[in-house]
Amino acid sequence: MLKTSTTLVSPPTPLVQLDHVNLSFNGNNVLRDIHLKLHANEIVTVIGPNGAGKSSLVSLIIGLQSPSQGSITRKKNLRIGYMPQKLAIDPQLPLSTRRFLSLCGNQSALEHAIARLGIECLLKTPVQKLSGGEMQRVLLARAIMQNPELLVLDEPAQGVDVTGQAELYHLLGELRNELGCGVLMVSHDLHIVMAQTDQVLCLNKHVCCHGAPESVSQHPEYLQLFGRQAAKDIAIYTHNHDHQHDIHGDVIDQQSTQHHSHCTHNHPNS
Amino acid sequence: MPDFLIYALISAFAIAIAAGPLGAFVVWQRLAYFGDTLAHGALLGVALGLFASINITLAITLCCLSLAAILLWLQRSPQLGDDSILGLLSHSALAAGLVSVSLMGNSVDLFSYLFGDLLTTGASDAALIVAVCTVVLSTICVFWRKLLLSVIDANLAKVEGIPVALMRALLLFAIAIVVAFAMRVVGVLLITAMLIVPAVASRRLTQSPESMAIGASIIGCIAVAIGMWTSYWYATPAGPSIVLAASGIFIMTLFKKRC
Repeated sequence: MLKTSTTLVSPPTPLVQLDHVNLSFNGNNVLRDIHLKLHANEIVTVIGPNGAGKSSLVSLIIGLQSPSQGSITRKKNLRIGYMPQKLAIDPQLPLSTRRFLSLCGNQSALEHAIARLGIECLLKTPVQKLSGGEMQRVLLARAIMQNPELLVLDEPAQGVDVTGQAELYHLLGELRNELGCGVLMVSHDLHIVMAQTDQVLCLNKHVCCHGAPESVSQHPEYLQLFGRQAAKDIAIYTHNHDHQHDIHGDVIDQQSTQHHSHCTHNHPNS
Repeated sequence: MPDFLIYALISAFAIAIAAGPLGAFVVWQRLAYFGDTLAHGALLGVALGLFASINITLAITLCCLSLAAILLWLQRSPQLGDDSILGLLSHSALAAGLVSVSLMGNSVDLFSYLFGDLLTTGASDAALIVAVCTVVLSTICVFWRKLLLSVIDANLAKVEGIPVALMRALLLFAIAIVVAFAMRVVGVLLITAMLIVPAVASRRLTQSPESMAIGASIIGCIAVAIGMWTSYWYATPAGPSIVLAASGIFIMTLFKKRC
């Protein structure tokens, strides 16, 4: 359903492929008819409102959850670097950041990740005492220590201001180039996405629309608003919907949908 | 020193050393109530063991392992919270134990099971306890990294390929076995304290998971030494004396400034 990066010559085997994936809990449809391919070197951003099923989609992709219907194919022995929204570590567990990181890789990977993300000064801090932004960098360091083929980030921009987001996106772009990995990112910000995103997927229980984001670095208003550096790393995504959702996220049947032609997928409930 | 005291000391030290790392996991995973559940189940084990006239320790061990297996099985149902499951298991097992004991007539000396009968430990008992504790400790050491990663964040560990469900089962079974054997030392009522108190005291003095686990073992051993000494000279019950000594050490750690 999604087209792959155009720069690649032959169609490569996807790292993860979802076909006709449905997910429901006790009869409640959480995700409906999802098709998705994730490739190496490709950045996919999933956006959507609260309750759209973004975290469920991540759980499916990283294998924490099995789909109710449909199939998920992963590359054999796929190495996934996963960065969760947050960790809930019991305060009774005495764990310094260094020990936390050293649990999951060898010494050289550890030193490289520490230097790469500039977290030397956090190493002695107990992990429970890290701030949101610090935790994010530590979790990212942990993710890259696995030398991942696919980097999965659940809401990495949460609670970070636009400048912080831009910095994170810049870093992710560099890491993608260094590791040659695919990146799947989830964001609740419906409009501002990472500039280097190849595909944006707007999710609200089903894929509402998808496409590439628009660069904002040419717009003087954005340059003024975000600053020159930040404007390079973020982009604006323009939605292209042909339907509306009610408050429960279900698609509302509307006359006007007939006038549009660019959305071809079916809505069983409409 | 009389022989019975030597065997009692050896058994108590072995249990204290094994209870250290396990107690740390109990604290990190918030499994304190699981210890109580096992202890209540142990009473049922006593009754069943007497009824089927098999070795009591074997009966208790089987009973505790079954409880751990039932807990793991019930946890797959998302509607039930862990605390509700444990409450259900704990009190059902206790009730079943009390009913069975009363059906047996008055032949059961409940007091020795409730508070332990450490001083009746013989040479073969001591050897068995040391062997079991060695096996449990070696298992914990071998799987230490995987166990720790599962405790830190189950989802993250799963994505990184750690068999989290297996590690959880391993931990619960290890706790079940140690609790079954620790019953001889401190008795049903105080087993959870033997697991938790040294670990909590150690938390206040240490900076890494490993040092907390080893610290808990050391504090447990000190408590055993003090408790047994008190028991010997003042004829206090051995199990409660050990737990009281551990609580005393915890209170002393409260005076240490947190860093």
